Amino acid sequence: MADSRIRIENVTKRFGTVQAVRNASLTVAPGEVVLVIGPSGSGKSTLLRCVNRLETATEGDIWIDNDRVTDPRGNIRMIREEVGMVFQNFNLFPHLTALDNIALAPRKVKGEPKQTTYERARTLLARVGLADKEDAYPSQLSGGQQQRVAIARALAMEPKVMLFDEPTSALDPEMIKEVLDVMLQLAQDGMTMLVVSHEMGFARAAADKVVFMDNGEVIESGTPEQVFDSPKEERTRKFLDHIL
Amino acid sequence: MASVNESESRSTQITVSDGALIPDRGEGSIFSAWNIAFFGALGLVILLPVISPEPYLEVIRFVPDGILKTFQVTVISIIFALVIGLVTGLGRISRNVFVNRLATVYVEVIRGIPLLVQLFYIYFALGRFLSLDRLVAAITAMSICYGAYMGEIFRAGIQSIPKGQMEAALALGMSRRQALRLVILPQTMRTILPPIGNEFIALLKDSSLVSIVAVSDLLRRGREYASTTFFYFESYTMVALIYLVITLFFSKIVGIMEERLETGGR
Ligand SMILES: Nc1ncnc2c1ncn2[C@@H]1O[C@H](COP(=O)(O)OP(=O)(O)O)[C@@H](O)[C@H]1O
Ligand SMILES: [Mg+2]
Repeated sequence: MADSRIRIENVTKRFGTVQAVRNASLTVAPGEVVLVIGPSGSGKSTLLRCVNRLETATEGDIWIDNDRVTDPRGNIRMIREEVGMVFQNFNLFPHLTALDNIALAPRKVKGEPKQTTYERARTLLARVGLADKEDAYPSQLSGGQQQRVAIARALAMEPKVMLFDEPTSALDPEMIKEVLDVMLQLAQDGMTMLVVSHEMGFARAAADKVVFMDNGEVIESGTPEQVFDSPKEERTRKFLDHIL
Repeated sequence: MASVNESESRSTQITVSDGALIPDRGEGSIFSAWNIAFFGALGLVILLPVISPEPYLEVIRFVPDGILKTFQVTVISIIFALVIGLVTGLGRISRNVFVNRLATVYVEVIRGIPLLVQLFYIYFALGRFLSLDRLVAAITAMSICYGAYMGEIFRAGIQSIPKGQMEAALALGMSRRQALRLVILPQTMRTILPPIGNEFIALLKDSSLVSIVAVSDLLRRGREYASTTFFYFESYTMVALIYLVITLFFSKIVGIMEERLETGGR
């Protein structure tokens, strides 16, 4: 049994001549919450997307427990079932109601009975505070509500890891808290989370580790206090000055 | 026919030219172009036989089987064209190089040959080896030709769906096939329904070409009447008016459909 749930080893990702990620390594232990910060274009999304192989790493290896994501012959769909992902733009399915958005994958991918998937979908909607919205279509929901449905949709697959790519960046300020509260609850319930976000409040409340990336590289990592209050690297300090 | 510009394929708008006359939205007055054309044509179709039953009523009596045949050819062809179009559209976005090239070559070849030439080719040229029934040949030619155009509509429709939809589906563990069937194609429907409606109208008009291989459609029946009675002017006037009434009627339906899809919530 591996002691880290996510293990990223020396991953490089090139798009043609662009090096989006350079030799990045990081691990996330079971139940840990790791926050990735860094300037725009520093490769955060790309690194995250390599973890469920929405992008294929050019070099290096990524493991989820004992499954090697980067194995070209491996069954990536089985790994993806266990790795939930939440996108900046929610990406809810606009032709389906909130309930159907959540129930679709468990039924079609895992082949669970309809009844079971709907029961779980209802439980999850209640958990993200949207029990009364099960028949709403995404366009009838606010951004914050859509993102909460998107989180519920990912959780419906009962993943052991959750990836978040700037889940609150597309939201109006007054809606950020309702999404962060759901994420905080998830973190407290012991979910393993790899989160790209610049929400300092969330970081201090929930993150076990903060990783700073710049120009495709992992520059430094440590506890939120270490990285935010006494960064070792000059680049980290500059970036933090910039966003605080 | 649908002309889907490569560079514009990312936008949701699917441009269609050479459909039928598209009812102009916002032009709600009773003197809109559509109203004038439709009710004018319909009025003439009804009035002419009353005023001058000698040839006109006779023509009206003579052509109904032709109208039925025209619809038969159109409906059967459009169904096959839709199936071919879906397969072609999926082929055009396939990551399998062979499938992709095959679909692309099909589209390019078919779009480069006039429908009439395709019809002749299938009926007369291939007819030497296959001896196809003329109706079968006609429907085959129409389906193959319109399948290529439909393929472009499906491709543009699929590509108009934001990339994030496919990614969200894949991230949930779906296969590409599942994602297309459950997530992408259902969303495509609202974008492609109006252009498909326009293809239906264009096909209905083009179906008059089959009269050349002696399928007794509306045009053929009109011609038969004309050549036995020598009422050429009257026969073809009636035929033209009937085509006009039918295509305008369907273009109205397509227009309403478009409006519903645009305004209809969600
Ligand atoms: N699909 C792609 N094709 C080409 N270049 C890309 C692609 N995705 C990302 N990049 C490039 O990789 C770099 C890192 O991007 P990204 O991972 O999105 O950064 P971040 O999420 O930190 O803003 C950027 O220079 C970006 O332009
Ligand atoms: Mg990003």
